[in-house]
Amino acid sequence: MSTVAEIKADTVSRPKPNYGRALAFGLALVAGLILAFSSSGYHLFQYAQVLVYMIALIGLNLLTGFNGSISLGHGAFFAIGGYGAAILMVHFGVPWGLTLPIMALICFIAGFGFGLPALRLEGLYLALATFALAVTMPGILNFKRFDAYTGGTSGLQVDKPQVPFHLPLNQDQWLFLCCLAATMLMLFIAQNLVAGRVGRAMVALRDHPVAAQTMGVNSAMVKASCFGVSALYAGVAGALDAGLVGFVAPDSYSLFLSLSLLVGMVVGGLGSLWGMLAGAIFIEFVPNLADSFSGMFGESAKALPGAVNGLFLIGLMLLAPHGIAGAAQRIVTFLRGLMMTSSTAAPLELPAIRVGNQPVDENHRTTQGS
Amino acid sequence: MISRRDLLTTGAAATVAASAALPALADDMPGISAKEIRIGQTMPYSGPASAYGIIGRTEVAFFNMINAQGGINGRKVKLISLDDGYSPPKAVEDIRRLVEQEKVAFIFQSLGTPSNAAIMKYLNSAKIPQLFVATGAAIFSDPKHNPWTMGFNPNYQSEAAIYAKHILANTPNAKIGVLYQNDDFGQDYLTGMKSVLTGDKAKMITKTVSYEVSEPTVDSQIVTLQGAGVDVMVFAATPKFGAQAVHKSSAVGFKGVRYISNVSAAYPILKAAGLDAAKGVFTAGYVKDTSDPVLAKDPGYMEWAAFCAKYMDKNALVDGNAAYGYAAAQTMLQVLKQCGNDLSRANILKQAQSLKDFTCATLLPGIKLNTSATNYSPIRSLQIQNFDGAHWKSTGGLIAS
Repeated sequence: MSTVAEIKADTVSRPKPNYGRALAFGLALVAGLILAFSSSGYHLFQYAQVLVYMIALIGLNLLTGFNGSISLGHGAFFAIGGYGAAILMVHFGVPWGLTLPIMALICFIAGFGFGLPALRLEGLYLALATFALAVTMPGILNFKRFDAYTGGTSGLQVDKPQVPFHLPLNQDQWLFLCCLAATMLMLFIAQNLVAGRVGRAMVALRDHPVAAQTMGVNSAMVKASCFGVSALYAGVAGALDAGLVGFVAPDSYSLFLSLSLLVGMVVGGLGSLWGMLAGAIFIEFVPNLADSFSGMFGESAKALPGAVNGLFLIGLMLLAPHGIAGAAQRIVTFLRGLMMTSSTAAPLELPAIRVGNQPVDENHRTTQGS
Repeated sequence: MISRRDLLTTGAAATVAASAALPALADDMPGISAKEIRIGQTMPYSGPASAYGIIGRTEVAFFNMINAQGGINGRKVKLISLDDGYSPPKAVEDIRRLVEQEKVAFIFQSLGTPSNAAIMKYLNSAKIPQLFVATGAAIFSDPKHNPWTMGFNPNYQSEAAIYAKHILANTPNAKIGVLYQNDDFGQDYLTGMKSVLTGDKAKMITKTVSYEVSEPTVDSQIVTLQGAGVDVMVFAATPKFGAQAVHKSSAVGFKGVRYISNVSAAYPILKAAGLDAAKGVFTAGYVKDTSDPVLAKDPGYMEWAAFCAKYMDKNALVDGNAAYGYAAAQTMLQVLKQCGNDLSRANILKQAQSLKDFTCATLLPGIKLNTSATNYSPIRSLQIQNFDGAHWKSTGGLIAS
């Protein structure tokens, strides 16, 4: 039986000829290099942050967009990655680059371990369990006994990675290019993952768990692995971020970070990996925009950025309910429709991957007994 | 940074005096032009600590007032105040924008321990003054390690030391119980008290109990202190727990003396604890209680009220944070005045190190700000205050830490 899910997974995530993907990566690389050599240090810092968020969003999207589980706690894994990398760099002298695979492994294990029991919870209950993780994380990082390593409330200062081999780059360019390389690698891996067997199993479990299990998909294992991989992405992003910012503190990883990631993913478009770039740009730049926007109403409106940020979000969800990737796809479809005659026009193609589109029937109970 | 165009458009009257110094201006005085002094800060206008945002708003309004009065030496002050949402990474980004894009001369009153810790290294290595940071953590008053970073708030250890001295002076045979928050903040108080109560006096602290921020209440800790038979309770607590401690200690019938950390001493917090329950509590303060009608004729208060009427909304008048921001901005103004025409970063730091008995309109009478190359804590003496059930009343003289 060729499941609907399988077809969907193919249409969405696997570009038909592979040079389409190579072209996309090539263009991204060229754009990145142009940015690296034309932007100021401050802007490169911002762009690097965008890339860091993008990695975390890709991870979250693997979980939510492709596997249909909602996590409100990815900030916690971001924190583990960040603190782990900072502690390794400060207390053990491990170079930045080496902390990335180490934290990737640790976060995978943490995510898998958390996912195995927690994913027996479905939908909102899983959201609550992960929410609890995000809420407790700053408290754990603040815990007095760990102060010798974590630096307590005042956090931990990290020496920013220096440019190696006397390369003709400044520090900001180097950090940006490192983030660019990491992002492209992580994106490549994610694309391959969702295009393959595992990806199809993930999507099948999301769309029709009973059918998927009937066909031999090990629900608990696939879901927990997916959660682990998702946490791995967040951890890598956190480790990159620690080197980039040069500082970690419990307040760096408040609940707001987890929520921002969720917002970024929805804004970017569930089930779209490239769309995460748009989501990352949103969470990096919109707060700044909101700040300057509310500043236009005079100094007494300085309390407004939160509200303005919310308005932007509501507006965007009204205009592009399936995220920026969904909107882009709609525009492409619309233009295609304009060019073709009405008889040959492709049917309006919604972004196939959505969490909300599965029938809310027996799914919520049946996966538990895998 | 100053651009050539700015220089050319400078008024003819100023040119004679200014033009001699122009090349130096451009090279040695980032953020300074013949017409403007650019300053930056980050503030939590959004996020969990947004209640402190009024500090930034007050400071921006203060410099608007100064500009309306003609500025400093003919220069207007432009304070660029950015929202960091109390997030250290955002603060780092904001500070880079302020320094690299907006080309500010220095950073003034950025708020929060984590945010300031995150930007301290960057600013110190670039030799950019990070002045009068809005937090009481001791790491920001350490000229040896961070010569470009200077604190403003009296630090928590000094405050605790002052409680210990007050206890020694008034109840020298007391048995002291301390409730403290189990983090840097609470530990600082414990350290401060122990720095005064040394030798055989160390025994005076007969019981210490701690709480985690995640705990719902501190009721059981207060019962433990009461059960230990202490005569003095010191609450090194943040607002929510401070209110609970005040309330519970009264409910269990504690008859001794209570001290509450300054951060938890604001009127709304005591109101939450119950004004009757809070009667008789001591704290060590430095900002005027601008809600107290007794101040109506006080010249400092009148200056503050006039400022609020013109530049702030009416809620600010009784907001202790706003009064605090006004004091910090006045101090900054004094430093800039002392700088004269040499507004290089080095001289701004040097003048910040040279405050002599400076007083602020919204700080308590007798609070004098002093700094030196080795003293980066401007406020070292505090006023012991007693809560009379409605307002804080000063008792006795100032106590130095």
